[in-house]
Order: sequence, then structure tokens, then C-alpha cells
Amino acid sequence: MNGASLHDVWVYLAASPLTGLTATLLAYQAGTWLSARCGGHPLVNPVLVAVVLLVAGLAVSGIDYRSYFAGAQFVHFLLGPATVALAVPLYNQIRAVRRAAGAMTAALLAGAVTSAVGVVVLGRVLGASEQTVLSLAPKSATTPIAMGVAERIGGLPSLTAVFVILTGIIGATLGGWALRLGGIRHARDVGFALGTAAGGIGTARAFQHSETAGAFSGLAMGLCGLATAVLVPLLHRVLW
Amino acid sequence: MIAWITVLLACQLAGEGTALVLGLPVPGPVIGMVLLFVGLAVRGGVPDGLRDVAGGLLRHLSLLFVPAGAGVAAHLTRLEGEALPIAAALVLSTLAALLATGWVMRMMNGRDGS
Repeated sequence: MNGASLHDVWVYLAASPLTGLTATLLAYQAGTWLSARCGGHPLVNPVLVAVVLLVAGLAVSGIDYRSYFAGAQFVHFLLGPATVALAVPLYNQIRAVRRAAGAMTAALLAGAVTSAVGVVVLGRVLGASEQTVLSLAPKSATTPIAMGVAERIGGLPSLTAVFVILTGIIGATLGGWALRLGGIRHARDVGFALGTAAGGIGTARAFQHSETAGAFSGLAMGLCGLATAVLVPLLHRVLW
Repeated sequence: MIAWITVLLACQLAGEGTALVLGLPVPGPVIGMVLLFVGLAVRGGVPDGLRDVAGGLLRHLSLLFVPAGAGVAAHLTRLEGEALPIAAALVLSTLAALLATGWVMRMMNGRDGS
């Protein structure tokens, strides 16, 4: 009986970045597979499936989130270059964007204020704790902005990151249906609404709709981050 | 391909630097997006290589949110304790924001060319 025991192998692998990285890709593959099997039904969102699988996997294996993230950070890092890459679809849609500039400013303000005020008022009324409410407030912004705002107004940045992702999943799963029901069908309007209310995951969903929707969504995501960074600390001081 | 990945990273780096130097509340990658956009506007078109690299990254945009999403694991106790207010506040405010944004867009743009 030479070599490491099964237990030693497990201890070594559980601490290795390779495990977290591989698990992330496997969970996402499972998510896209399941999503395709269900005919791309929005409720079977690949991010949702992957997150559920990973959280269950971490709970069962006893690996804590920090060791998991040591591997998963390599995927997480690509969010930066991907955000920069949004300039490409945006440039391809430049004429449509220029035509809608005024409407986008008004729509952005409406969406960013509705989201922040809505989530704070609902959270308070339904009895969430103060720290949870403050962590919820910037949830429509893209993750790094939302975390910065949360820190400034007294929320918990890592909790805010989770709320941003949950918001994205909610927007991506229920958004198409809600917008259809609300009579919003133009790719431009659908994309801009998804990007404003549901950020990056909303944008991933908008690209499924069309390149036009994706471009408007990516732009809205960037602008909503900007609006949230300015508006939420201001609303925090004045309103709540 | 490597050349265009380098361009994306350089834009991000320039964005991070700009945000730090000017003390802007905007994250570096968003400023990087603006820089790349200005570059494309000056050049007057998207090079094939860049289109492929950007397309490849954006096709799998969902994957990039999975590590942060799994952060739910670190907050399970709080999420369980306040599940109802959190879920209701997130769902209702997100749907309200979607509709508010979409309606203002539709109202101000008209329904042309859908």
C-alpha cells in the first residue's frame, strides 16, 4: 500500500485552486446542458443552475467559499475584459444608440430610482434588518460599483455582491415574461430595461434575444452603475 | 488573438488607472469600455480579430458571474433568516424597475421599426 491515502488526496485537492476552477466550469456546463434540454426556457437559467449546484457541492464537501474562490477567481477575473469588450456590440449599434439618447437618459433615471427606492421601502416594510436593507439598496449596479456604494452607506459589500447576482438571475428568468406582459417588445427597449434592472446577467440574457438588445443592455448596465454610484448615496442621505 | 486580448486588458488597465487618478466612483472596466469605444469610433470600424475575441467572451458572459453567485454559500444563515423580505423585495423591485425603464423607453422612442 504505497502512495497517499484517499483522505490525503482529498485534503490536497480540496485546497487546490484547480478544484474550484474545474467545479465552476462543470457546474456551468451542467447549467447550459440543462438549459438546452429545456429548450432555453428562461426559468432554467445557466447561472442559477450552476450556483445551486456549487452551493450544494460546497455544503456537502465542507469546502468553504474562500478556498473555492481561490480557484474560481480565474473565471471571475475575466469579467473585467468582458466589460471592456461590450464596446464592440455598442459600436455596431452606434446609430440606434445616438437616436435614442434622450429616451435612454430618462429611462435610466426611472429604472435606477425605482429599483433603489423600491427595494429599500419593500425591505423595510417586510422587516428586513437595517444592514440587509443597506446592502440591498445598490443591487441594480454592476458588482464592483454596488460593493463600493454598499461600503459607503453602511451595508455589507460581500452580501451586496450576492444581491447583485440574485437580481440578475431574477431579471433574466422573469424579465422577458414581465416585459412581454407590459407590452414592451422592441429589442432596443427590452435590452435597455434588462441592462438597467438586471445588470450583467440581464445583458447575457439580452444577447440571447438579439445583438441589438445585447448592445443596449450592455450600455444600460454601464450607465446604471454610474447612476447608482451617484443616486444611492444621495437618496441614502435625503430619504432614508 | 493574443494581440486583441492585450488590447482589452490594456483598455481595462488604463480605465483602472484613470479611475484611481481622478478618484471616480466608476469601476475601471467601465471606463475601459468607453476608451475602447472611442478607439473604435476614431478607427471607424471593428477589426475582425477583435470582433472574434469580444464575441467569444460575451457568448459566455453568464459563466463569469458564477463564482460571485456561489458567494450565496457564505451568507446562507442571513439569507435563511430573512428569506421572505429579501426575496419579495428583490423580485418586486426588479420587476418594477424593468417595467419603469421599458415603459419610459417605449413612450419616448415610439414603436418605430420593431
